[in-house]
Amino acid sequence: MVFLLLRRLVQTALILLGVAAITFLLLYALPADPARMIAGRSATAQTVANIRRELGLDQPLLVQFWSYLQGLFQGDLGRSYAQKTDVGALIAARLPATLILMAAGIAVEVVLGVFLGVLAAVRRGGFVDRFVMMASFVGVSAPQFVAALLLLYVFAVTLAWFPMSGFGTPAHVVLPALTLGVLGAGWYARMVRSAMIDVLNQDYVRTARAKGLSSARIIFRHALPNALLPIIAMIGIDIGQFMSGVVVVEAVYGWPGIGQLAWQAIQQVDIPIIMGVTLVSALAIVLGNLLADILAPLVDPRIRAR
Amino acid sequence: MFKRWLRNSTVATALVLAPLPAFAQDAPKQGGDIVITYKDDIATLDPAIGYDWVNWSMIKSLFSRLMDYTPGTTELVPSLAESFEVAPDGLTYTFKLRKGAKFTNGREIVASDVKYSIERAVDPKTQGPGAGFFGAIKGFDDVTGGKTTTLEGIEAPDAATVVFHLSRPDATFLHVLAVNFASVVPKEAVEAAAGDFGKKPVGSGTFILKDWTVGQSLTFERNPDYFIKDMPRIDKFTVEVGQEPLVALLRLQKGEVDIAGDGIPPAKFLEIKNSPEGAEIIVDGQQLHTGYVTLNTKVKPFDDVKVRQAVNMAINKERITRILNGRATPANQPLPPLMPGYDKGFTGYAFDVEKAKALLAEAGHPDGFETILYSTNTDPQPRIAQAIQQDLAAVGIKAEVRALAQANVIAAGGTEGEAPMIWSGGMAWIADFPDPSNFYGPILGCSGAVQGGWNWSWYCNEALDKRAVEADSMSDPAKAGERQAAWGKIFTDIMADAPWVPVTNERRVVAKSPRMGGAGEIYVDPTRVINYDAIYVKQ
Repeated sequence: MVFLLLRRLVQTALILLGVAAITFLLLYALPADPARMIAGRSATAQTVANIRRELGLDQPLLVQFWSYLQGLFQGDLGRSYAQKTDVGALIAARLPATLILMAAGIAVEVVLGVFLGVLAAVRRGGFVDRFVMMASFVGVSAPQFVAALLLLYVFAVTLAWFPMSGFGTPAHVVLPALTLGVLGAGWYARMVRSAMIDVLNQDYVRTARAKGLSSARIIFRHALPNALLPIIAMIGIDIGQFMSGVVVVEAVYGWPGIGQLAWQAIQQVDIPIIMGVTLVSALAIVLGNLLADILAPLVDPRIRAR
Repeated sequence: MFKRWLRNSTVATALVLAPLPAFAQDAPKQGGDIVITYKDDIATLDPAIGYDWVNWSMIKSLFSRLMDYTPGTTELVPSLAESFEVAPDGLTYTFKLRKGAKFTNGREIVASDVKYSIERAVDPKTQGPGAGFFGAIKGFDDVTGGKTTTLEGIEAPDAATVVFHLSRPDATFLHVLAVNFASVVPKEAVEAAAGDFGKKPVGSGTFILKDWTVGQSLTFERNPDYFIKDMPRIDKFTVEVGQEPLVALLRLQKGEVDIAGDGIPPAKFLEIKNSPEGAEIIVDGQQLHTGYVTLNTKVKPFDDVKVRQAVNMAINKERITRILNGRATPANQPLPPLMPGYDKGFTGYAFDVEKAKALLAEAGHPDGFETILYSTNTDPQPRIAQAIQQDLAAVGIKAEVRALAQANVIAAGGTEGEAPMIWSGGMAWIADFPDPSNFYGPILGCSGAVQGGWNWSWYCNEALDKRAVEADSMSDPAKAGERQAAWGKIFTDIMADAPWVPVTNERRVVAKSPRMGGAGEIYVDPTRVINYDAIYVKQ
């Protein structure tokens, strides 16, 4: 385990370095000029040149990248071009909201997805199975924007059970988490269903049945744990995905997450923010996968043995 | 020897509070807490840096300047200045500061604060976009060139007097002193904020920033010590950011929001308009805006004036105003109707497909030609670009529409020989101040026709440039009418060369709750969009 962690740590550092290099080069290769975006319309050529010099944009690309890396090693993500504030502080301010939505969204996904997946597997071929599979198909293909507005309209505007927009109380998180959860649950349901069907066909399940164990005990004690492995890997992926921001859901519910920050930075060619958000989400993806790798042997002893 | 315009504070107050049409219907009430939403986060509230339409009006209210405008109009009035004098040669401006005006940290404002604030806006270290506005002040080049950080052209002989020495007459100088970049800031607060003044602003305006939860909301409270009595009207306003316009509108209809700053999404416009409270919710107002298509005079075949004239006749502007839900009027000259100097009698090029075809044939393109039309990629701009594309097809011009992110269109426009045509929607010129010269230099003058400039037609007419300089040297207020006429003529003469197709003058739409009072002009103020100083809650 220690060896795994060490190896992963080195890998993580290399991945982040690679992400930083590629993102940096791509962003500065764009035709859009950050100095001009800051300077706006009325600025004279002199003003634009001065801004470019003050930001260090007149330096060769490699020099710029090197000074960015130097900051990075000291935990400094640089200063936003448009907001003239530390990027680290801007991201940190949005981290709580992003983490809460990520956790709540994944919780809804997993609970709903596993429940429906098991239900469909147990009732394979029946009406429930077909209904669940149909619903999950709709879930995975529905656009977030439509689903978010629909939930908002029904539960916040018409029924007024939840606030329409904002952040702060548990009631605020329900609709955004439901939107992410309901849409994402489709993937989990399909995966759990097929894994469960495999497991339920195994000999040991037949043996358990023959021993006269109750259905519930067979399903939840013997079959489900063996079907959960792919779910853990999927959670790892979702952590990374949700951490990089769910722009649409954040926008509809006025959720102050990282996605909105990134979206606006892209519009303004605010490269330090784009870099910062990209690095944070790359880190989250790596950590999410690491978490899945650590959890997998705890859940499935077969991996430990290997 | 000086021309003297003395306005004591009571006159100034009367002017600032000049009655607007709707004030008669419902008496403005003092007080009230309101909620305002925007989609975009507030980038900065530093007056030397902020330069987008959302933070522009907030900065206006947080800070005060020597000059300002009567709410809802383009009329220039002294604000932090009590009076001023302009020397006959137009090279010296002397301002007397209003007595007892204070920053919200309690300190009285003195003349050296004005000097410091403008020097800060010009200093390259500030990285501010507005330095160029102060180009006429003596010593400007030394500061932007990095030789010094003090402007020799600004003097503070005593605590209540500021003197500006200009290196050339600048008839727009009083307007320049009313733009946000001329806002007066306290040096000690800028230094205490240690580079974060944009998040911790201290000014002397109508409001104080009480709280800023990054990414969520900003709370502004009335400045009880503001130097004009009965301003502002409301006690407090909370700005909620990151709010999708559609949801903001639903919240407004439920009474949670008082002003939806981004207006009404096109898809929702007719529904709101036809709803029972529609008339109370929708406010629209004219802005100093012209939407145009640039015709790149350095790209074939637009180097031929006949081709440019033909394109001017080929575009059906009425149809484009319909795409904009009728919230626009067809334009025929660069200046918008609200701008001094606008020529009401000018008709420009009428929509005439046959004449356009004939002109194209005359120019040697009887079968038209192929070209590229750039546009930004947010609705409704691509739809407008498509409408233009169809109009061009009708005269034989095959234009490919290239809809890109705004920053990329701007980059293409400022690269020589790159973009043959650009539809300016979404990044069109909205004047910084209500003076016709502001519509010339950067977008139609030779100085803007450079790499990275905003003159996307790459049009450079030295004779007109000379006339522009002459008009701007007429800084004698008595010649204001003559100067205005001179400018008006420059813009109508430009149309003979047709570097632009002026397409529309758009009105901005803001959605407000029925409890909000006041005329449309203070919600879409021509110099600041929402005028937080003047809006009020009805009794």
